[in-house]
Amino acid sequence: MAAPGTSLAILLPVLLPLVGATVAFLAGGASLKTGRRVQVGTGLLTAAGVLGSVVLLWSVVAAEGPVSYQLAGWEVPVGIALRADGLSVLMLLTTALVGGFGSIYAVGYFSSNNEDRRTGREVEGFRDPGRSFWPLWLFLWAALNGLFLSGDAFNLYVTLELLGLSAAALISLGGTGSALAAGMRYLMVSLLGSLAYLLGVALLYGAFGVLDISLLGENASSVPATWAALAFISLGMALKTGLFPLHFWLPSAYSASPSVASALLAALVGKASFYILLRLWFDVFEGSVPAVSGQLLGAFGAVAILWGAIMAVRQRRLKLLLAYSSVSQIGYLFLVFALVTGGGRGFDAWAGASYLVLAHASAKAAMFMAAGAIIFALGHDDIDRLRGIAQKLPIPVASFAIAGITIMGLPTSGGFTAKWLLLSSSLSSGQWWYGGVILAGGVLAAVYLLRFLNPALIQVKTSPVLRIPPKSMSVSAFMLALISLALGLVSAPLLDLLAVGAPFQPEVPGE
Amino acid sequence: MSFPTLLPLLIILCSSGVSFAILFLGDDRSRLRTTLYLGGEVLKLALVLVMLRGIYLGDDYELRIPLLPGIDFLLKANTLSMLFLVLSAGLWLVTTVYSIGYLRGKPHQSRFFAFFGFSVSATAGIALAGNLFTFFIFFELLTLATYPLIVHRDTPEAMRVGRLYLVYTLSGGVVLLAGAVAMQLVAGSVEFTAGGAIDGSEANNAVLVVIFFLLIAGLAVKNAFVPVHGWLPQAMVAPTPVSALLHGVAVVKAGAFGIVRVVYEVYGIDLAQSLGVLFPITVIASITILYGSLMAVRQDELKKRLAYSTVSQVSYIALGISLFGLIGAIGGVVHLVHQGVMKVTLFLCAGAVAETLGIKHISRMNGVGRRMPWTMGAFALASFGMIGLPPLAGFVSKWHLGLGAMEAGQGWVIAVLIGSTILNAAYFLPIIYRAFFLEPTEEAARQPKKSRFEADWLMLIPILTVALLSLLVGVLAGSSVSPLGWAELIAQQEWNYDVDR
Repeated sequence: MAAPGTSLAILLPVLLPLVGATVAFLAGGASLKTGRRVQVGTGLLTAAGVLGSVVLLWSVVAAEGPVSYQLAGWEVPVGIALRADGLSVLMLLTTALVGGFGSIYAVGYFSSNNEDRRTGREVEGFRDPGRSFWPLWLFLWAALNGLFLSGDAFNLYVTLELLGLSAAALISLGGTGSALAAGMRYLMVSLLGSLAYLLGVALLYGAFGVLDISLLGENASSVPATWAALAFISLGMALKTGLFPLHFWLPSAYSASPSVASALLAALVGKASFYILLRLWFDVFEGSVPAVSGQLLGAFGAVAILWGAIMAVRQRRLKLLLAYSSVSQIGYLFLVFALVTGGGRGFDAWAGASYLVLAHASAKAAMFMAAGAIIFALGHDDIDRLRGIAQKLPIPVASFAIAGITIMGLPTSGGFTAKWLLLSSSLSSGQWWYGGVILAGGVLAAVYLLRFLNPALIQVKTSPVLRIPPKSMSVSAFMLALISLALGLVSAPLLDLLAVGAPFQPEVPGE
Repeated sequence: MSFPTLLPLLIILCSSGVSFAILFLGDDRSRLRTTLYLGGEVLKLALVLVMLRGIYLGDDYELRIPLLPGIDFLLKANTLSMLFLVLSAGLWLVTTVYSIGYLRGKPHQSRFFAFFGFSVSATAGIALAGNLFTFFIFFELLTLATYPLIVHRDTPEAMRVGRLYLVYTLSGGVVLLAGAVAMQLVAGSVEFTAGGAIDGSEANNAVLVVIFFLLIAGLAVKNAFVPVHGWLPQAMVAPTPVSALLHGVAVVKAGAFGIVRVVYEVYGIDLAQSLGVLFPITVIASITILYGSLMAVRQDELKKRLAYSTVSQVSYIALGISLFGLIGAIGGVVHLVHQGVMKVTLFLCAGAVAETLGIKHISRMNGVGRRMPWTMGAFALASFGMIGLPPLAGFVSKWHLGLGAMEAGQGWVIAVLIGSTILNAAYFLPIIYRAFFLEPTEEAARQPKKSRFEADWLMLIPILTVALLSLLVGVLAGSSVSPLGWAELIAQQEWNYDVDR
């Protein structure tokens, strides 16, 4: 039986946002001023609580190894288990960091919305003074954390569905025509993806009679039902993550939504479906997957890296550029399947992809937040009209540049650590072409980031800024950018954490 | 942690610490900024000298922090690091004083000095990196830190060049990264070791050769080997102190220094020779030397001519390293310092002329020497050194390179050296002739505002300092405290050569 602290530590990351969402929802009915105050307070308290409980869970997992908790005391296979290993804690840490600064960002973002409408144009966040944002976001957060702690395949489905619904609502939050259309499209995609996943799970349940992931891992064998389940699940999750060529919904969803939502979607929601793949592939299907399926996912990932980067170079709007950059970065994640099935160093590939989830989440969130601050100030994000913007908005531009180091995969960023690991795995398996794509993607990233940064840094007379973004917006973007940079320096303890209960263990040469 | 462990880190953090602080200072706080900055530099120089003494006495300075499974972040000083470290710390101080004069009254000074300091920090990291992984980290940080300096003027032209610079150097960086990761896989964590870190048994020869050329190709971009030298002449758009930094201390030297590390302390000269990878480097370096000189002759813009001269001169280092012999290696390593001191002098002079008289083209330099005798005198001195007149620094380098070539049985290299020397003369002497023997044009004779003696004294003093240095390193080459003496110590201590003096 686990230590007494365990149950608390494992429940809190889900319970806290759930309670917060309820309070925020109820406060929405109060008068405008009080309601907003209560919501903001709840949001920030929840963020602090989640961070605290994740750190607590980290210490428990580091000390005791993987822990699990039976909801209501029912034993598996009848009951539902919450389970935490190194990977889960790393994902929770990602939501805690990005979600925490995202909440701080939202405080500023929704505070001064209805004040200035000189442009006559749609300025970010106007339609929603934040009242529906807080309940939706906290609910989404609970679903995310629940997903990362789920110990069985059906629970994953439930949390995935909740996540998709709240994400679609967040995308439409702006209330404009394009936002509604993008939200609707995302909802369709999300439902389709979840449906494919559910089919896969049903096949597994039919074949093996269990849903618990570790039991599935023990029972699953290489039979046609497993392969079909693998195909359905991979297809559905690739669609929801936005793997090329199933990324068609992603650019509009990420760019039409309010920037605070874009940041949270790009950083967290897209990663949840990838996490499911990572979990099932290596905890359940390991050993029963045909190598060709891994190569297939990897090949699409490689194309995504290049295609996303080339499309990003061609964009004229900053948020679209960032969205295509995400398409490219998602490609890196999917390389893991090819690298492992191709015989590359397992831990390097697996930990590289997991670490990239964290590094990319903080960097991309910082960049969307920076873009949001620019739109907040100017009312647009046309790259051609952003010349010289660094003079007016130095901190958002600096955040963008610092986060860019991770996207390019240069030292000393988290992206560098992740890409080093992926590269090491690709060369160790002799699949050097994936290494070539990883490296080429880094240079292309520099090209598309400079498309914005170069003109932004020029000294020119610019039109005056409409509104100065609140400090909380600039500062959260900057902090997340710094975190993405620092991740390269603190990789040792985080990789130790990842190794807890991992399907692979690090290989140290010469030992 | 003890002082010897922390010292390498302190040296690196010294410059980046003050740089970080002044990044947040307003441009109008020039006095506070200057005090902080110079304080940081003097402290750094002092720490470097402490370390220099320690290394001379045989102390160890090592800091090791695990970062990835089986890979450490490793800072470690040896005699070779010290050569580069002393050069960068010393020239940083000189170029900073110059920059204060050069940038007086211009915008964005805080940003300028901050990134100047970051670049020097990265250079110190390159010097102190104890393994390939750490080297790569600082190599890329140097790229990022120099980018804001290259685009400092914020013009569309500067931005275009900045982009070119990044694409060139980042492409080089990824090739180097591929080589470093591959090396990690076949040989584990490769620490720079006297005599070579690997012995050839790690993988078959073809793999080792491929990795070698990946590493060298990655370094070649910064070292400006033909045909990947294109960024260097373009980078002239940057302010002159930046050019001096790029050419003399930081970027191109990082490439050259990396080549020394890879050949001597990763592969080891014997293994490299038996793999047959040295001869291609000799050839590429020779081509680069001649091509750079030929291009330099054709330039009328002074800074462009100096830039092509760098393309040519830096390859002397790789040439000496590739010659498979003691004397050639000493010639190459010592040229790391000699070229740095001389080229910084030349650039600082060019900048002083441009700032004082507004002259940037050689065709308009008639009589400049009469108007600015000290500056152009220093320029002439450094030029003679570059050409290789005895007993100046360039002569010492070329003498060793020539002897090394003979020793290695590659007599044709002497022809390259002679050809290059003639071309050096062909592009430096006309400048000196114009400056001192032709009648001043109206432009050159013009008296600037105020009654300045010559150039701004904050610019003139550094110029005279480095000019004097470039004289001394040649004249005193025989003494054991000279760069040549230190290079011999490196050869002796690190690479186990008997130096027969």
